[in-house]
Amino acid sequence: MPGRPKIIRKISVAPVASGFRPYGMAQNAKKKESLFLLYEEYEALRLCDYEKYTQAEASSFMKVSRPTLTRIYMSAREKIAQAFVEGRNIIIEGGKVCFDNEWYSCCSCNCFFNNPAEEKQIEICPLCGSRDIQNYDNLSKEEKGEFTYLGKSGCGRGHCSNKRKRGRMCQKNQEKM
Amino acid sequence: MKVAITSSGNTLKSTLDKRFGRCSFFAIYDTLTEKVEFIPNPNKDAEEGAGPASVQLVASVPVEKIVSGEFGFKIKSLLVELKIQMIVVKDDDKIIEDIIQLLKH
Repeated sequence: MPGRPKIIRKISVAPVASGFRPYGMAQNAKKKESLFLLYEEYEALRLCDYEKYTQAEASSFMKVSRPTLTRIYMSAREKIAQAFVEGRNIIIEGGKVCFDNEWYSCCSCNCFFNNPAEEKQIEICPLCGSRDIQNYDNLSKEEKGEFTYLGKSGCGRGHCSNKRKRGRMCQKNQEKM
Repeated sequence: MKVAITSSGNTLKSTLDKRFGRCSFFAIYDTLTEKVEFIPNPNKDAEEGAGPASVQLVASVPVEKIVSGEFGFKIKSLLVELKIQMIVVKDDDKIIEDIIQLLKH
């Protein structure tokens, strides 16, 4: 039975590191599999513990309900605790998220576009050539409402037998990579 | 530079297809020669994996920009890797000719 699809979580910025590794492990410690911390879990942890927002505030930033944020946050803490205690690597990847700052919108032709060459700043609209563009981040709430985008891949469609193991990438996606 | 536009038919009067992976035709517009070529999409009725297959198709042209109404969730990471720009147009009644006119800026 496919589960209910997950709502897309908004992430403001990608983490600076793609993961963490323990060092100075005891000689007799067995090397264990890495743990996958989802982007949404990283973001929940950043908002709640680093930026010190309340869970209700954090949930509105990520555009999910407060109980959902609590579940994401709880899963993040569980994973981090497990990695600490068992000396596992943490890899930050996956999750059903979208990034705000990657998208731009054009005010004259009313389209949205991304910037594939990150090192270069976009100044004109790739469609109509207008200079009247802005970052998606700076849009007002009403404008944002018109645009939803499914970002980073993650299994939200229930076709993956891995779905009960939290944080694992979807098998179908792994095959394709 | 070539631009792929998802089209619901194979004429310039066809409307933009809202879907990327399962659109009927790709209109490939060459900004240098100003010629338009229509490629039928073999993945139109695919049950699964139409998005990645369509990405391969347009990347082999190769195109630098894709204009469509929506991109599915498997596609974005692929296109970012290939450095293909995505342009999302929300007016679905726009015809291919209009979009080409806009691209001629």
